[in-house]
Amino acid sequence: MSIVLPIVILAGIGLLLGLILSVASAVLAVPRDEKVEAVRAVLPGANCGACGYSGCDGYAQGLVHEGAKVGLCSPGGTAVAEATGRLLGVDGAVEVKTALVHCGGCEEFTSRKLHYSGIPSCKAASQFYGGDWKCGFGCLGYGDCVKVCEFDAIHVENGLARVDPSQCRACGLCVKQCPKGIISLVPGNAKGVVRCSSHDKGAVVRKACSVGCIGCMKCTKVCQHDAIHVDHFLASIDPEKCVGCGECAAACPSKCISIFG
Amino acid sequence: MDKGSLLAILIGGLLVNNFVLSQFLGICPFLGVSTELRSAVGMSLAVIFVMLMASAATWPIYTYLLVPNDLAYLQTIAFILIIAALVQLVEIALKRFIPPLYKSLGIYLPLITTNCAVLGVTILNIDSGYGFVQSLVNALGAGLGFMLAMVMFAGVRERLESADIPSGLKGLPITLISASLVSVSFLGFQGLFGL
Repeated sequence: MSIVLPIVILAGIGLLLGLILSVASAVLAVPRDEKVEAVRAVLPGANCGACGYSGCDGYAQGLVHEGAKVGLCSPGGTAVAEATGRLLGVDGAVEVKTALVHCGGCEEFTSRKLHYSGIPSCKAASQFYGGDWKCGFGCLGYGDCVKVCEFDAIHVENGLARVDPSQCRACGLCVKQCPKGIISLVPGNAKGVVRCSSHDKGAVVRKACSVGCIGCMKCTKVCQHDAIHVDHFLASIDPEKCVGCGECAAACPSKCISIFG
Repeated sequence: MDKGSLLAILIGGLLVNNFVLSQFLGICPFLGVSTELRSAVGMSLAVIFVMLMASAATWPIYTYLLVPNDLAYLQTIAFILIIAALVQLVEIALKRFIPPLYKSLGIYLPLITTNCAVLGVTILNIDSGYGFVQSLVNALGAGLGFMLAMVMFAGVRERLESADIPSGLKGLPITLISASLVSVSFLGFQGLFGL
């Protein structure tokens, strides 16, 4: 008998407290904000923070209550921007962007100046005499960007990181991660890009890499649309003016300009 | 001063036998939530409330339910059960009425359940042989003592934010060192009013 009473008493206390709690949770239930829930359901749920909020929940809250702009969600892209725009009754048109590595120096075109056997990360390698490649501006190829990419959109081949535009959601994590600062977000409809980041003088670039921009200005001379300019021995293309005619790429002696369709 | 008088119990809980700084109970929230004065006060108020409720609920259950049935050994488990339910109740109420406080307390709110200060005060009520009113006063004193420690330490930590701390001591180490210094200062209350 002695074991029955304690069990009954404890179970009784537990039951009573459970009843009180379930009544309380029913009476004091917090009304859920249906609009926030609906917006949250549309967002991709990657919690990457590219929008500037702590996560998708925070952005949904911000969209509904704090007047945040639609289209801040890079991973979601156009589809999510349109869907959130529909829910909130605003125009959800948004520019699609993609990350691009501004370097063409894979193992074929450049070589190493030292044998680096330290921590296999770009950040560590870049702190050691600027990395093991002859060019101090180029991709190190240890894949810090690959590690942060949530969408498997960036890969290292032959010592050079390349972005797969079909997978890239332009969240910008790789842009922040790259210690060389050679990844940037370019408009998805960009017609031409310069795949080099070297501000070295022509002769120095030539010695380090066969596909580096030497700042010869030939491209600026042939461009009919004032779309390509050289600044500190490095050419860059203004995507708003470029029409993709390809004349600069044809004129470039080191073939560091890529023209898309 | 008579040890059983209500004023003596209150001051005893508040200063002489301060739960956090003299008896080292409830250290987890003391270190976790004392980074900001606002949430420190909120947390302390929640703890005071839970301590009072817990004392009011556990004393009668112990005296009128457990002792007559020779079940005093169920004290700990029964008390934990009651405290857990009370904390849940506080959580539901906070979520409904003061959402900002609910958010800033975060994980520490459910952790009051396992806050040994709350269980400690209920068990000490029994062990010290206090009556119902004395138990409530003891709980109030202990809760206010917790609040005093939290608020004082939140002040210390706000000063630490701007202090030049050696890099090896940044974060938790310097927090523990300053906590021990604050605790040492409370030794000064030992023997106050002969308590």
